[in-house]
Amino acid sequence: MGNDTILEARNINKYFREPVLFHVLKDINFKINNGEFVSIMGKSGCGKSTLLYILSTMDTDYEGDLMFMGEKITGKPHEELARIRNKHIGFVFQFHYLLSEFTVLENVMLPAKKLGIKSLGEIRHDAMEKLKLLHIDDQAHKLASRISGGQKQRVAIARALINDPAIIMGDEPTGNLDSMNAENVLNIFKDLVREQNLSLLVVTHDHDFADQTDRIIEMGDGRIIHQ
Amino acid sequence: MINCKVILSISKTHLLSRIKQTAIAALGVTFGIGTFIILVSFMTGLNGLLDGLILNRTPHVHIYNEIKPSATQPIDLYTKITDGFKVVQSVKPKFTQAKIHNALPLMSQLNANPDVKGAIPQLRAQIFYISGSIELGGNLVGIDVLEEVRLFNFGQYVVKGTPQALNNIENGILIGSGVADKMSLDVGNTVQVSTVGGAIFPLKIVGIYQSGLADIDNIQSFASLKTVQRILGEPQNYITDINVKLFDIEQAVPMAQFIEKQFKLTAIDIKTANAQFETGTSIRNLITYAVSITLLIVAGFGIYNILNMLIYEKMNDIAILKATGFSGRDVKYVFISQAILIGLIGGILGLMIGFGMSVVIDNLPFETDALPTIKTYPVNFNPWYYVIGITFAMVSTFLAGYLPSRKAQKIDPVEIIRGQ
Ligand SMILES: Nc1ncnc2c1ncn2[C@@H]1O[C@H](COP(=O)(O)OP(=O)(O)OP(=O)(O)O)[C@@H](O)[C@H]1O
Ligand SMILES: [Mg+2]
Repeated sequence: MGNDTILEARNINKYFREPVLFHVLKDINFKINNGEFVSIMGKSGCGKSTLLYILSTMDTDYEGDLMFMGEKITGKPHEELARIRNKHIGFVFQFHYLLSEFTVLENVMLPAKKLGIKSLGEIRHDAMEKLKLLHIDDQAHKLASRISGGQKQRVAIARALINDPAIIMGDEPTGNLDSMNAENVLNIFKDLVREQNLSLLVVTHDHDFADQTDRIIEMGDGRIIHQ
Repeated sequence: MINCKVILSISKTHLLSRIKQTAIAALGVTFGIGTFIILVSFMTGLNGLLDGLILNRTPHVHIYNEIKPSATQPIDLYTKITDGFKVVQSVKPKFTQAKIHNALPLMSQLNANPDVKGAIPQLRAQIFYISGSIELGGNLVGIDVLEEVRLFNFGQYVVKGTPQALNNIENGILIGSGVADKMSLDVGNTVQVSTVGGAIFPLKIVGIYQSGLADIDNIQSFASLKTVQRILGEPQNYITDINVKLFDIEQAVPMAQFIEKQFKLTAIDIKTANAQFETGTSIRNLITYAVSITLLIVAGFGIYNILNMLIYEKMNDIAILKATGFSGRDVKYVFISQAILIGLIGGILGLMIGFGMSVVIDNLPFETDALPTIKTYPVNFNPWYYVIGITFAMVSTFLAGYLPSRKAQKIDPVEIIRGQ
């Protein structure tokens, strides 16, 4: 079974110390298998984003162990965590996050350039493919600051896909999209899971969206109440 | 390497998308470096000029026979009085000749020394210039004119006529410009000089000598060694001074000490004779560097400020870069490379402006009676100053960029993302 698990949280606890001590995540335990599409639901403020930052290795200030691809990554140096994020984890933020002075295409290409495996031509080609997938290839050469919120969100999803990661984490990735585009993103996600054995972990408030995923993790008040 | 390219392309985009701020930061460096180059070129050019005025024509070691009392008086040899003072009053100088004993062998020995560029003879004579019934006191120095030209830039100070004429024309004289003015003499005229002994000789003026120091030009003239020896009625080995020029001026002190000890002559080295010049030079250099460093520090603060601001504006970018797999170090390099690019562009521009201004200054007319050979402001185009300038620009911008970049390295992306 061990090899099937891509991500595992073991007894994760997190506290905010400012302004008062606040136990935000309490004994979080769960696994995500290869090729599994999991959604996280819960009330606003229950700690979903906080959990996602820990799982994405960006936040290292927590207790407990995080296993990724069969390896314990808790306590690894920042450099190495950055490399893991770059290669294996695609992240879509709750709010669209692009480099505003770069074009859409450059934004999508950047993580691949950092990874440095493919040639520039290949990277450009792949980036265009991902943009096409999300129906925004016509915006490729615009500055990222000159496109709409929903378009930005789709660019961010394209960027998350560029290095063909093992897992994509999304914090309400369809939050800013109209129902048609949300549907499209959902379908893309499903295809990726089916065709490339990609894992997905998505925070959402959208029950229709969540119902179409393999599993729903219910959170409440810093705990997992149902999975 | 690939990493490097990505980082550079990011910092390039950052710089170009805020071209105004980049330009201001770079211009700060340009101003600092440009001023440094102008200041240092002009100051050292001036130093060189002033040094040349005195130091180039001053022998590194000047050897002569000084008239002075004997260091040991006869009574010192009397050893019978053990507990008492020996007091000698009205000590008279020891009688010696002004000439250097065995000057010719001494010179050939010095010339054989590999440290010595040349050791050449002079014969100084007290004379009077005679104009009608007026007698003007003065000096006539017998020289080997070609050697003087070779070793002590003598030719630069002959403002009319040529120094070589001394050798070609029998009984020629290069007369001091002050003397020539006072006596209304010019090249081609004849001047009468009389020795202390009273003999009168007519000498033909073949040129006018102007050192720029009025005290010298008012009394001193030059003739060939032979001419002066004949005027004084002395033989060919009669020489009062030997001037030594060394390859390395630093050897002057030990060389002078060696000669004093070995030959029992007075030997004055250039350092002792012109200590004040070195002080002046080093103080001028100090001022140059102090002003330039101040300017560069100001420029550095400008860069520091702009990068600091940039990093606050770029919090989002930093968070995104980190979230998508750029490490803290990568982010640090993104900002350091911006500082270095600003330093490089600003610095090179500064060098170019500095060079341009130096060329302009170098061509400005600057004429003064004190410096007959100088026609324009002196500028030193030493390439080392350009190397120092660009190094300084790079180092100061690196330091100014380093602290803000460290901050960018430490920014926690989660905090930024959450803060939205
Ligand atoms: N930096 C912080 N310091 C202190 N408390 C914080 C901090 N960030 C978040 N919190 C608190 O932690 C709790 C969890 O926040 P989190 O952002 O994870 O909620 P969420 O489940 O993602 O909510 P939403 O659905 O609205 O995005 C909230 O109660 C919030 O007030
Ligand atoms: Mg949230």
